[in-house]
Amino acid sequence: MTGAGGEKKKPAKIIPHKTPIPEQDPRIRRTNFNEVSLGYTPEMARAEAERCLNCKDPKCVTGCPVGVSIPRFIQAIKAGEFDQALAIIRNENLLPAVCGRVCPQESQCEQRCTLGKKFEPVAIGRLERFIADWSGEHGRQDAQAAVALTGKKVAIVGSGPAGLACAYDLAKLGHAITIFEALHEAGGVLVYGIPEFRLPKKIVAREISTLKKMGVEIVTNAVIGKLISVDELMRDFDACFIGTGAGLPKFMGIEGEHLSGVYSANEFLTRINLMRAYSTPEYDTPIRRGERVAVVGGGNVAIDSARTAMRLGARETVIIYRRSEAEMPARREEVHHAKEEGLMFELLTCPVRIIGENGHVAAVECVRMELGEPDASGRCCSLAKKGSEFLVRADTVIMAVGTNTNPLVSRSTRDLAVNKRGYIIADERTGRTSREGVYAGGDIVTGSATVISALGAGRKAAQAIHIYLTGKS
Amino acid sequence: MAKILEKRLIREPDVYYYKIAAPLISRKAQPGQFVIIRLHEKGERIPLSLADINPGEGTISLIVMAVGKTTTEFSHYQTGDEILDLCGPLGMPTHIEKVGNVVLVGGGFGVAPLYPIAKAFKAAGNAVTVIMGARNKDLLIYEQEMQQVCDKVLVTTDDGSKGSKGVVTMTLKQELETGSVGLVMAVGPAVMMKFVCETTKPFNTRTIVSLNPIMIDGTGMCGGCRVFVGGETKFACTDGPEFDGHLVDWDLLMNRQKAYKTEEQESFESWKQRHDRMLGKERQPVCE
Repeated sequence: MTGAGGEKKKPAKIIPHKTPIPEQDPRIRRTNFNEVSLGYTPEMARAEAERCLNCKDPKCVTGCPVGVSIPRFIQAIKAGEFDQALAIIRNENLLPAVCGRVCPQESQCEQRCTLGKKFEPVAIGRLERFIADWSGEHGRQDAQAAVALTGKKVAIVGSGPAGLACAYDLAKLGHAITIFEALHEAGGVLVYGIPEFRLPKKIVAREISTLKKMGVEIVTNAVIGKLISVDELMRDFDACFIGTGAGLPKFMGIEGEHLSGVYSANEFLTRINLMRAYSTPEYDTPIRRGERVAVVGGGNVAIDSARTAMRLGARETVIIYRRSEAEMPARREEVHHAKEEGLMFELLTCPVRIIGENGHVAAVECVRMELGEPDASGRCCSLAKKGSEFLVRADTVIMAVGTNTNPLVSRSTRDLAVNKRGYIIADERTGRTSREGVYAGGDIVTGSATVISALGAGRKAAQAIHIYLTGKS
Repeated sequence: MAKILEKRLIREPDVYYYKIAAPLISRKAQPGQFVIIRLHEKGERIPLSLADINPGEGTISLIVMAVGKTTTEFSHYQTGDEILDLCGPLGMPTHIEKVGNVVLVGGGFGVAPLYPIAKAFKAAGNAVTVIMGARNKDLLIYEQEMQQVCDKVLVTTDDGSKGSKGVVTMTLKQELETGSVGLVMAVGPAVMMKFVCETTKPFNTRTIVSLNPIMIDGTGMCGGCRVFVGGETKFACTDGPEFDGHLVDWDLLMNRQKAYKTEEQESFESWKQRHDRMLGKERQPVCE
């Protein structure tokens, strides 16, 4: 229907399935932190690129939050022009090695792929990742030389995906950029949140070194709102972008959440990813290696926590989620990987209290749920079934039920409008806030979302800041 | 990197004073706040209360007791050495106001963070009394410093080797009985703060405590420092570290503080072995 096959193609050549990607064996990978997926070889990538129909009216592009010219880069791969493919992606997406790994392609580009209507869609994410990795390994990570310097200075608060994207675009346009990061390492959620087996830290480090080569300065251990306020930044800089990300973890408010052995996912993942607690005592930060781990939640953070717990040696790890698998917000590929690794699921289940023994977690009391009518978010609400209580034995419980805002910037900044939940109010197209010259984007504006949407917000704000500073687009 | 400008042993055998170059932090830091340090690449992040702030010199001071792995390793750092990461100031400052008579209660080396707080309450026009307790007279710290900034310093020791024999709460009760105390503030081990709160409760005297839960990022992200106050989950790093002591669930706090006891012990033992081995090989003195 929708213009499949721009040129005259032989439908007989259609290969119904994605080119398989080599992966570590599930039995082996659940004992290590190495990346699960090993990536395409050039031959595999070119074979997969052959599957693209190169539609005249490519729907995949409309599914990409930053509008990457997907068919164009795939055609370049098909022709073996990998450098050109990178240049095409980089026009829109500054972190292809990251996004190729962590974007939920099945609900974005790949969902709209014409081929996907009848067969498996083109493996767009895997191809994006291939190009990024190939270029990185062959030293092609182009640190684009800045154009003439504008003499304008921009402060960026937070070095997660939103901040990095904003910094990259503004540096390319010739502005002097300083990123302020609260933690001791740059990368935000890419370093403290997403585990090594899904996003190797050397990939993030490569992206950050690209920025540094472009002249971007990164100041770590700088908590904006405490060490320096946004008001002070605005005295020294011509504009400011706030991308402080998600904030403090939510808890359910049930009995027993303060027992020892109950973690927020943020704490659990930070100990492992940022502080490298999996190699104690070489590293100083401790972690409890649970035997039976229960993770509450159904998003990527829940799956990441569960798979991390398995890699720490848990014998049984179970996801407790109040809706069914179809409603799980996690990337489908990760759920699939997790199942292969032996992760168990208690679906349509909700914890009602955590039971302790001598101050430590012993079990989670749960109740079965049933799905009701769809709520405002379009997902079915879930209702508890009376009398269905049962126990899940656990010595570790990880709560991955979302986050609230981090109040440090909004509390300390004059005239910065926030909504009633504490998120910064920013224009969706430009990131402009109530303060002149102050822009914001990513999770601190939208609440928990994806890496790619934060990246998109950072880029939109960069455009708007450039116009604000120079008067030209 | 942050340079240690001065380090000395202030109490045998394990309490040290550090003055650290921190021009930006000292400009902003207020009494009651803390910093997080990470000694080296493989180090953990630990929160430490500010024992003094000197914006004129661009320095902050810390008092650290070498009790575990990181604090012991820190005790081997000398004047001129650098700490890899220093982050702050963190937490909300002490709410300083004029209330009349303020009684500050410090247990162990918890007296140190009370020093800048005492100065601030004094400067705000209060009469400031400090009650400081220790097991014996050799374990007291900061007595002279406190004498200089407070109206009254009351010492208690468990064995009676100095001041009144007994615990801080006995002396506190006597002060409360005068009926003139407007505010009590306690800093020290959780169990001491708990008993201070139990002592002040019958007098209905407002009591502020500075909580010290396990903490990792300290910037409002990880939620490890959550405490239960007045029936609500609060975070010591962004909401605290100071809270109304009468509302704190002390048993939960003390339970969570113990969460890594075994792991901490193992880490300390392993470090000591590595450290001793290294010293054996290189035949260096342990420290001064």
